[in-house]
Amino acid sequence: MDLSLIVMQLLSGIALGAVLVITALGLTIVFGMLGVVNFAHGALFMIGAYAGLYLASLTGSFWWGLLLAPILIGAFGMLIEFVLIRRLYGRSIDDPLLLTFGLSYILVEGVRIVFGSDGIPFPTPPQLIGVLDLGIGFFPRYRLFVIVLVAVVLLALWLTLEKTRVGLIVRAGARDPTIMQVLGVDIGRVWLAIFGLGVGLAALGGVLAGPMRSVNPEMGSLVLAEAFVVTVIGGLGSIVGAVVAGLMVGISISLVALFAPEMATIVMFALMAVVLLIRPQGLFGVRGRTA
Amino acid sequence: MPKSGSTPKMTRRTALAGLSASAALLAMPRLARAADEPIRIGFPTPLTGPFAAEARDQVKCAELAVKLVNDKGGIGGRKVELLVRDDKLNAGEAATRTLELIEKDKVHAVVGALSSAVQLAVNEVTRARGVIYVSISQSDTINEAKDFSKYTFHEALNPHMTTAAVARQTLKKGMKVAHLVADYAYGHEMLRGFKRAQAAIGADNVGEILHPFGAADYSTFMPRLMSMRPDVLCISNFGRDQANAIKQAVDFGIKQQMKIVVPVILHNQRLAVGPDVFEGVVGGANYYWGLETQSKSAAAFNTAFKAANGGAIPTDYGAYGYSGVGSLLAAMQAAGGTDTDKVIDALEKLQYDLTKGPQHYRKCDHQSVQSVLVLESKKKSAMAGDNDLFAILANDAGSDDMLRSCSELGHAT
Repeated sequence: MDLSLIVMQLLSGIALGAVLVITALGLTIVFGMLGVVNFAHGALFMIGAYAGLYLASLTGSFWWGLLLAPILIGAFGMLIEFVLIRRLYGRSIDDPLLLTFGLSYILVEGVRIVFGSDGIPFPTPPQLIGVLDLGIGFFPRYRLFVIVLVAVVLLALWLTLEKTRVGLIVRAGARDPTIMQVLGVDIGRVWLAIFGLGVGLAALGGVLAGPMRSVNPEMGSLVLAEAFVVTVIGGLGSIVGAVVAGLMVGISISLVALFAPEMATIVMFALMAVVLLIRPQGLFGVRGRTA
Repeated sequence: MPKSGSTPKMTRRTALAGLSASAALLAMPRLARAADEPIRIGFPTPLTGPFAAEARDQVKCAELAVKLVNDKGGIGGRKVELLVRDDKLNAGEAATRTLELIEKDKVHAVVGALSSAVQLAVNEVTRARGVIYVSISQSDTINEAKDFSKYTFHEALNPHMTTAAVARQTLKKGMKVAHLVADYAYGHEMLRGFKRAQAAIGADNVGEILHPFGAADYSTFMPRLMSMRPDVLCISNFGRDQANAIKQAVDFGIKQQMKIVVPVILHNQRLAVGPDVFEGVVGGANYYWGLETQSKSAAAFNTAFKAANGGAIPTDYGAYGYSGVGSLLAAMQAAGGTDTDKVIDALEKLQYDLTKGPQHYRKCDHQSVQSVLVLESKKKSAMAGDNDLFAILANDAGSDDMLRSCSELGHAT
């Protein structure tokens, strides 16, 4: 087992982790800020992939799909928040959970009716086809691009939340919505934006995954499970947790695939079990945090 | 939803048949009743789930086989009905639906199932009830003595046949072969077939990776597969797993280093990921519409299917629905009715040619002896039209030599 193989394997794991991070991030932000467990997150990931594909074929460029699909689906997410989720704030956690669960079924069936259940080809953008010689081996250009893009999105998100006034309002709103309202902030608008952001991130994950996996109505269900595992390992509601746990899961899957490939999928659940035993609130979770 | 398109039609047909049957009942004397009762064929297939596309094609083709017989006046004056049931790709569901078909709907025979595990569950039920079952799922086990019964017939190809044909076409002595295999019955059977074929040819095995069934990401297997430096990579998985695994192998530049072959190349998966990804991939198949230039029966089947389905072409797994139901109805025609023992006898003697050339059921294990196609996926620029997917590399005529021997399967010889 030579070193270059292990490095290549690590890189595969990071690329895999990058998609997990971006998807889990949307889930954890919505839970952390709104206390809503969004079971439609996987379906919205899938809708994002279809929207990206549709917009890419409409404009003739993958890049428009990549840019517009998350915005469009994010706006659709705001509509969902405004029409459905909003009514359930302050009620038990089960209500939005059941609502989004039902919503995911409607979305998946809707896509089946419009696009069929067979799956559609999503071509890799021409600029990113092929492999790059890294000196120690070849790695797909597209997957390297995904790693870089996710890093950029994370940085932008961190800067917005930590360094801007909007970020300040969001963080304060999550801590104490009542005080924010007293201070004259329309907290409803903040929640609307947060839900839109969460859904937009799911859609971005979907568009990014499109050229790597086949695009089909069921592609979200597996992703939802993975995103939940990452969120639980990282700690519910923790952004840093989602990033660290996503990369951790991706790399573990990859390294286990090297030695015991049959176990590659199971390892993330094993990891979750271990973390829950040692730190029930997750790696970066706050003890006693309940919605 | 597409499947609801076929269900109401089915009910209407059942209702119509029921109406005419009861009208006949009133008009005719008691003795004539049995003769006028329609012949019912149960058809469990996974209309929902990851194999739904293949299942819908099977239903369309099975309906076509029934329609063609009914248009000619049925069998001995009796109309044929197809009772389609969704087995949801679940063995328990399939067993329940099959039992219902037998007990409640009083079917005269069962045809269908797509997954090998589901097929075994259907076979258990039909075997226990003494009902003929024509399986149209790929498997090696259903013909082995422990699962076999005189009621069991296997119309589909099996892993042994397809892997041998693909290996003959692609492997040479001294070549290095690596395997990526789905970790369940289908993958294991295909791997066994390939290893047996490569040993006979004298190719070397350089490694095997088993992947979890239904995995979405295969990238983590690619660096190790490349480090094995094989000449040929055999990817043995089914449905979406096939599309995803090939796509990601291509992303990693595997095709520049080695040839990709699959035991069964799937029409619908080629459509799902596009020509650029599948270009140059070689695999086995039971049917491809392009066979019409070589085979009269293929041309006739294509024409009939197009006429019944708005110009669409039949697919590989769809064709099984046609030949499975078609061979059974031909045997019923020969037996002059639905008497189980007579139909079994007729099936064993049957020589049929429905889609691609002569076929017959081997006596000892009821495996259909038939031709195996080896197809290569065309590159986009070589495609004459949207349906021009594959080039036919080989069309190996059916012979007993393709199959494992009866004694090897545990049958008395």
